[in-house]
Amino acid sequence: MDALTVKGVTFSYDSVTPVLKDINLTLHHGELVCLLGASGGGKTTLFNIIAGLNRPEQGQILLNGEDITGQSGKISYMLQKDMLLPYRTMEDNVALPLILKGMKKKEARRQAGEYFAQFGIDGTQKRYPTELSGGMRQRAALLRTYLFSGQAALLDEPFSALDAFTKSEMHRWYLDVMSKIKLSTIFITHDIDEAILLSDRIYLLSGKPGTLIGEITIREPKPRPQDFNLTDTFLAYKRAIITMLRQESSVIS
Amino acid sequence: MNAKLRSIISKVVPRAAVLVLVILVWQLVCTLGQIPKYMLPSPMDVAKAFQEDWLLMLDHSQITLLETFLGLFFGILIGFLMAVFMDRFALMRKMIYPLIVVSQTIPTVAIAPLLVIWLGYQMLPKIVLIVLVVSFPITISLLEGFSSIEPDTIRLMQSMGANRIQIFRWVKLPNSLSYFFSSLKISVSYAVVSAVVSEWIGGTKGLGCYMTRVRKSFASDKMFAVIILVSVISLLLIWLTNVLQRVCMPWEKINRKE
Repeated sequence: MDALTVKGVTFSYDSVTPVLKDINLTLHHGELVCLLGASGGGKTTLFNIIAGLNRPEQGQILLNGEDITGQSGKISYMLQKDMLLPYRTMEDNVALPLILKGMKKKEARRQAGEYFAQFGIDGTQKRYPTELSGGMRQRAALLRTYLFSGQAALLDEPFSALDAFTKSEMHRWYLDVMSKIKLSTIFITHDIDEAILLSDRIYLLSGKPGTLIGEITIREPKPRPQDFNLTDTFLAYKRAIITMLRQESSVIS
Repeated sequence: MNAKLRSIISKVVPRAAVLVLVILVWQLVCTLGQIPKYMLPSPMDVAKAFQEDWLLMLDHSQITLLETFLGLFFGILIGFLMAVFMDRFALMRKMIYPLIVVSQTIPTVAIAPLLVIWLGYQMLPKIVLIVLVVSFPITISLLEGFSSIEPDTIRLMQSMGANRIQIFRWVKLPNSLSYFFSSLKISVSYAVVSAVVSEWIGGTKGLGCYMTRVRKSFASDKMFAVIILVSVISLLLIWLTNVLQRVCMPWEKINRKE
């Protein structure tokens, strides 16, 4: 069974101009799927629907076969900015989803604390987020996402706010962590390189209203070999993606 | 440590110097200008008045402080409840907010006698006046704090399945603390002044009553003494608020540094 299925989702904010039209996608267990497309193409809207913050006009969201359309609190969601609360220590920030579920503060801290080393932020438990670098904070945000629900996660441009060096370091770290925790993930990006580097499969979202115009499977070993982004294979994938996106936009214009 | 000590000295010394200078000039003007004591008492006179009457003043200030604390307590409570209510119901906010703003333009001295007529000479009209003065600024600042939260933070909390109360407890409340404390700092000194004003109008005990009495007997030295006392009480309360803020918001210090 698939971890997550999006079935025929159509959505508009004003019931006149659709933002998304007939979106179908699946996420297998332990898979890392990327949603690639230009900014403003409805990617975040789709995430809001999957996370249950908005209800689709048509279509369904299934989590492990169960219909969760319009229900929030089932799938974990990580936003572009880390959104750590400045008035809580790192451990209390990370433990927040557990506390929201009704867990005692002490127990929540203990459980969250077990993952700090694995996520490469050990020793920051008692510090406040403002004391730490963007990369560290993003790691904490991902840990918080993971603790909320280990079933499926949505990451909305998680690394786009970081500088290039931190970003490539975070990519390496991310693949490493994912190989350990095997979190089924969909993530949004508008960066083609990032999509090829991180994901097992890529969905291309384009047009107005947003539709899925293609799907590409990246059949490369994970973690990717060093300098993978300089190989011909990598460039072949990139060319294929760019061609698909260009064809689509020429149809529109 | 040495650097810290030096920074404290560099702050304290200029302030103390100005204070000493003002007192010196004041004393000189009084002695050399031969100004009568009922017009302008010299610092020495004021000090003497303190020495004479400090037990009496202490007695009166107990009442004033009690009124201040009770007024602050109920003022904060009402302000908080109103803010929560108005935050929850947008319509209420639209309806009540202008009323609050208008109510703030009515001078305290005008309300105080009315309260005496309605509520008598006891402690109640004083506390009510303080509540009126304190609760609305608290309401407005808390409301501002509640609504200054990034929509994304709320979205994240909702995606984690947080309900309204949880969002309030974990996001809105801590986020509005700094707004609350900055308005509280102003409110405490307003509260002291309001207590004194309402004691002027009618009452048997409190620093305001003492003030009326010494004014009527042209004891300007005692008048100056009690004015200074009221200021000192206000300053102490503001300092206390600062301490309370530091205890309630330990993250502030670190976040400010970064």
